[in-house]
Amino acid sequence: MKHVKTLNTQTMNNSLKKGGCGECQTSCQSACKTSCTVGNQTCEQKK
Amino acid sequence: MIHQYQNNGYNIVLDVVSGAVHVVDELCYDVIAALSGGVKEPAAAELRDPEVLEELVQKLGGSYGEDDIKDALADVTELTEAGQLFVEDTYESMISEVKKCKTVVKALCLHIAHDCNLACRYCFAEEGEYHGRRAMMSFEVGKKALDFLIANSGSRRNLEVDFFGGEPLMNWQVVKDLVAYGRQQEKLHDKHFRFTVTTNGVLLNDEIQEFINQEMDNVVLSLDGRREVNDHMRPFRNGKGSYDLIVPKFQKLADSRNQEKYYIRGTFTRENLDFSEDILHFADLGFTQMSIEPVVGDASDPYAIREEDLPKIMEEYDKLARVMIQREKEGKGFQFFHFMIDLDGGPCVAKRLSGCGSGTEYLAVTPWGDLYPCHQFVGQEEFLMGNVEDGIIKPEIADDFRSCNVYSKEKCRDCFAKFYCSGGCMANAYHFHGTIHDTYDIGCKMQRKRVECAIMIKAALAE
Repeated sequence: MKHVKTLNTQTMNNSLKKGGCGECQTSCQSACKTSCTVGNQTCEQKK
Repeated sequence: MIHQYQNNGYNIVLDVVSGAVHVVDELCYDVIAALSGGVKEPAAAELRDPEVLEELVQKLGGSYGEDDIKDALADVTELTEAGQLFVEDTYESMISEVKKCKTVVKALCLHIAHDCNLACRYCFAEEGEYHGRRAMMSFEVGKKALDFLIANSGSRRNLEVDFFGGEPLMNWQVVKDLVAYGRQQEKLHDKHFRFTVTTNGVLLNDEIQEFINQEMDNVVLSLDGRREVNDHMRPFRNGKGSYDLIVPKFQKLADSRNQEKYYIRGTFTRENLDFSEDILHFADLGFTQMSIEPVVGDASDPYAIREEDLPKIMEEYDKLARVMIQREKEGKGFQFFHFMIDLDGGPCVAKRLSGCGSGTEYLAVTPWGDLYPCHQFVGQEEFLMGNVEDGIIKPEIADDFRSCNVYSKEKCRDCFAKFYCSGGCMANAYHFHGTIHDTYDIGCKMQRKRVECAIMIKAALAE
């Protein structure tokens, strides 16, 4: 595509199929008791 | 829902529902803006309607040639048809599934000590004084907490236990004994404990460092930044600063962990709004894993962050992002917690809908075994959920926390950051609005800025 560069190939809707195992870290991590940072986590399943 | 913004010379378009991130040229940026300006975002089928191109040419023909506009529209159409742009939000129906789930507890924050050897001015526990009711957690109570966690964890294998306080190093033997107990129980119940500890570093020594390196998956080292900033907010009880004692210990610990699996973590207040300088100071001290987070306090506290401080704070996040990109390219990069983002392997939709987990899968335990939704709620009787002996005796509190999500809160529904923030901190919401079913607006603005910066950094480093 000439006008667009897409940064990621995996999208959230993909995670609908295999997600929900609950093994990931609680997102209020030790680094930030007062800040919710789901956004900086990685899926445990992929590790 | 899409969100488009310009930052540091990049034109970024985020498709909120799919999580797809596109870096586009000016033309495409303007085309997307024109298409999404209506009441409803366009569906894929609509984009091939010749009228759409006509309208775009009418709007943008003054700035761009018709062929170019047609080209850009073709790209946009391709993205939309591929489910990477203008994706409709269909996750709300999953909320009912999430609500149905029985509470599975997978993380505990153990208040190993309700006491502290510093007197930080912003401390949630009244400068470490705990309203006069100081206490240490006994091994027996800690054991019961771990037993409670295992018994209520369902089929979750990864369990988290954070040694918190007060200052956990003041009750170190109990920490060691609980880790040993946990390791023994892991084998019996096929569980895996991730232990972490937060410390102010005052009592850190070689023996403790060795134990931390052996057993703790992560360690949070509290320091606010430059000496004068740190010592003003984090003095000893006699008023003397703590920086000079603590920094060498922290440097040694961070190096001993090969500069990973730790965070040097500070709090910024109104008194150091130029917090990017504190982050750079951390970098100068040799740290590579850092976090600086806004203070949470009453609006009446002189150091609390106010609405009028936001423009400066936004500038600081932007400046920090630019510096980080520069340093990364120079081979002197570092991690800033709030700019970390995984665009490909981030948490699944189920996780993003369930938020931080406080009050449901994550609980705080006081030294005498009382259970609260998280450490910020400790001591507020209306949030007392039970204890490690009897378990959860007020499941309605857990239900209330479980019902709080980005679809139940109006402000979150329309926010582009909803799947990165997941509704934010409920303690902040309660603190400022008297209910967990709201959001702390100043926090929201900072969170949105952080997500924008984090994504921009990815765009810059992908070049």
